[in-house]
Amino acid sequence: MTALGNVWALVRKEWRHYFGSPIAYVVLAVWTALFGSFFYSAVYFFLRRSMMAGQMEMGGAPKMSLNEWVISPVLHNMAVVALFVAPMLTMRLFAEEKKQGTMELLGTAPLTNVQIVLGKFLAAAGLYAAMILAGLLNFGFLWYHAATKPEWKPVLSASLGLFLFGCCFIALGTFVSTLTRNQIIAAIVSFCLFLLLWILDWAADPTASAFWRAVSELAVTKHLEDMVKGVLALKDVVFYLSFITFGLFLAHQSVESQRWRA
Amino acid sequence: MIEVENLTKRYGRHTAVDGVSFKVMKGEVLGFLGPNGAGKTTTMRILTCYLPPTDGRAKVAGYDVFEEPLEVKKRVGYIPETPPLYPDMRVDDFLDFCARIKGVAKAARAQRLADAVEKTRIGDVRRKLIGTLSKGYRQRVGLAQAILGNPDVLILDEPTAGLDPKQIIETRELIRSLGGEHTIILSTHILPEVSMVCGRVVIINKGRVVAEDTPENLTHRLRGAATLRVELRGDGAAAAEALGAVPGVAAVRAHGGGSGTATFEVDPEPGTDVRPELARAVVSRGYDLLALQQVGMSLEDIFLHLTTTETPAETPAAAPAAAGEVVA
Repeated sequence: MTALGNVWALVRKEWRHYFGSPIAYVVLAVWTALFGSFFYSAVYFFLRRSMMAGQMEMGGAPKMSLNEWVISPVLHNMAVVALFVAPMLTMRLFAEEKKQGTMELLGTAPLTNVQIVLGKFLAAAGLYAAMILAGLLNFGFLWYHAATKPEWKPVLSASLGLFLFGCCFIALGTFVSTLTRNQIIAAIVSFCLFLLLWILDWAADPTASAFWRAVSELAVTKHLEDMVKGVLALKDVVFYLSFITFGLFLAHQSVESQRWRA
Repeated sequence: MIEVENLTKRYGRHTAVDGVSFKVMKGEVLGFLGPNGAGKTTTMRILTCYLPPTDGRAKVAGYDVFEEPLEVKKRVGYIPETPPLYPDMRVDDFLDFCARIKGVAKAARAQRLADAVEKTRIGDVRRKLIGTLSKGYRQRVGLAQAILGNPDVLILDEPTAGLDPKQIIETRELIRSLGGEHTIILSTHILPEVSMVCGRVVIINKGRVVAEDTPENLTHRLRGAATLRVELRGDGAAAAEALGAVPGVAAVRAHGGGSGTATFEVDPEPGTDVRPELARAVVSRGYDLLALQQVGMSLEDIFLHLTTTETPAETPAAAPAAAGEVVA
């Protein structure tokens, strides 16, 4: 019980930092603005296409689905934005504590390193979840106005996918932040690592060897494809959860080892 | 309450703390004295479980710092040299956070917070951002943080560094008032502070304990052997003889004089205080006693003496033999 209380105290503290500095506002503003404009252009595109389809193929045209033409592409685009936003959320998590000397406060309080790492990760993940929820409000517009309502289940799975996808970056970024006292360095290194994980996908051309195809499976983007389309496959969720666990494990080991090297 | 046994910390080849042992009883205020880089901070970090020791053991409140760090941390309040504060948080929020991570129960939290704020007199800045506070207030917020969990043991690393004189006096009074209820280890290199606040002193140099005693005893033992300066009006040669005849006086040296006055340096035998006899001898022989003064051996001198000698004195009792050299 106290363990949960400790983690919660840390989450609250991190949120105070996020909202006590411009970071949270900048990130939220950028995120929601981009979400909104992607949504707007997707809807605009959808309307034009469906009108054209209506004119060209009278009667027999298959109905275009909002899920397929609006929701899924928008969330897919937001994954790119997450690539840029995640370093901003994670860079300060440990780097700032180290720079300010406040690691000593956490290190001498009756907290375990697991609690510290989890608290910080959950704070960043929580803010990220709030960002996704704020973006999802846009889709409310579809439910309100569209003649045929979109299905909500694919939206749920796509959002979950986007969330887990971002959490991988956040977990890895948390680890990178433990390595330095400089936030800028933490941000740049995290971003480069994220980008690398993104492009691992390219290794999978049809002629590639089994090794490279295995490597491409590690690409975080690869597991997003199906989820964004609304297909919730166990293997993707397991991949994300193990990736997150691995990132947090690295962060924990790093914090633990610094105690010994200090 | 605190038992430190043969504690050693090495950083690569550098040995920061080298076989340090001492004990602190419940309710005691222990001064931890040493020049910069002597290993004070490292020892304190080990006691607060921030750093693991390379060798030796340390127990706080009956728990080993290595085996059961969480139990130790629950019972220790600590302020590092620069108090660890979040400049972007308000004092209240910061203390609330500290109370939470120290496991202060929800029901007791508000009361504890109010107590700590009152004791450290930071009531008027509770709603301010920590980043806007002066050094003195920050130090006190740090202290409030340390006493929040109502810990059995307080470990304070130079709590008066960077404060103005008024704040120093207030902080010392606060620390003294916390003693008894809490067991306190306090590091400093301001010596008067030790004699004012601490019941016992451990002097540490180059990672080793060079002396351990009460401030009075330390001063007293060495003072017994400290040279006295006697200035009187009258015939110099006869007076020297009279002074030499006083029991407990080991040597008398003439130290110049003016018109009709003479000055002597008198070395007493170690462990004796010959001042009353000296005064009586001078006056009873009809000389005017102009001055009777101890030369040196304030805590400052002892500190300098103990930390600058090549081979550290094993016990304070061994120190007086060499004490005269420092004074002369």
